Amino acid sequence: MKELKIGCGKPTGAKVGEPPKEKTHAEELQSTKEEMMTPVRVGTKATDFEAPAYQNGNFGQVKLSDYLGKWVVLCFYPGDFTFV
Amino acid sequence: MAAVAAKYKDFQDLGVEVLSISVDSHFVHKMWQDYELSKMVEGGVPFPMLSDGTGNIGRIYGVYDEDAGVEMRGRFIIDPDGVVQAIEIVTPPVGRNVSELIRQIQAFQHVRKTNGEEATPSGWQPGRPTLKPGPELVGKVWKVWKTDLAF
Repeated sequence: MKELKIGCGKPTGAKVGEPPKEKTHAEELQSTKEEMMTPVRVGTKATDFEAPAYQNGNFGQVKLSDYLGKWVVLCFYPGDFTFV
Repeated sequence: MAAVAAKYKDFQDLGVEVLSISVDSHFVHKMWQDYELSKMVEGGVPFPMLSDGTGNIGRIYGVYDEDAGVEMRGRFIIDPDGVVQAIEIVTPPVGRNVSELIRQIQAFQHVRKTNGEEATPSGWQPGRPTLKPGPELVGKVWKVWKTDLAF
């Protein structure tokens, strides 16, 4: 996990392993919205994101595309201190 | 999360990285680790626990519940090319099955190793027969695979 300046969790607007397209600011806003609307489906590239994280006593910033070349299991859950 | 953490070595042995994510802040993740998870699993959760405070990541992944303001239990198996191979999403009260997750990873890794020449039938586990899709197999699966093999 990279020890970087910690920002908020957000999609990067690109698919994993693909560079963000070079566009004007207005186009960029539009395409980010389109990426936001594109649901993640099996058989397609995962949407990249970065998020602040806690691991083994440290805080850092995690980016999904940093894990290219490895198998990843991404687990969402309702909340810390939930019971199941 | 504790159940996944308890099997973390199995994931490592398969070369799999685990990322957990919820709308809680990374500060709360630390408190959960310190106060509860570390008491459920020796050493606590070893993998990164991510924070999606706005739910924007969960929205794209189709797991964010706008009314409740939380993310449903959703797990995604992503291959080394960044392609999503499997999705399971369940509502909060029912927990997941880590053994089934590991079995699916083993199956996807096997298919990838054979460049897609082999497919894994229902309930496949390592060591059990696979299927080789092709013209010869059409209508003949019953000859090479029995339903007993699914369980």
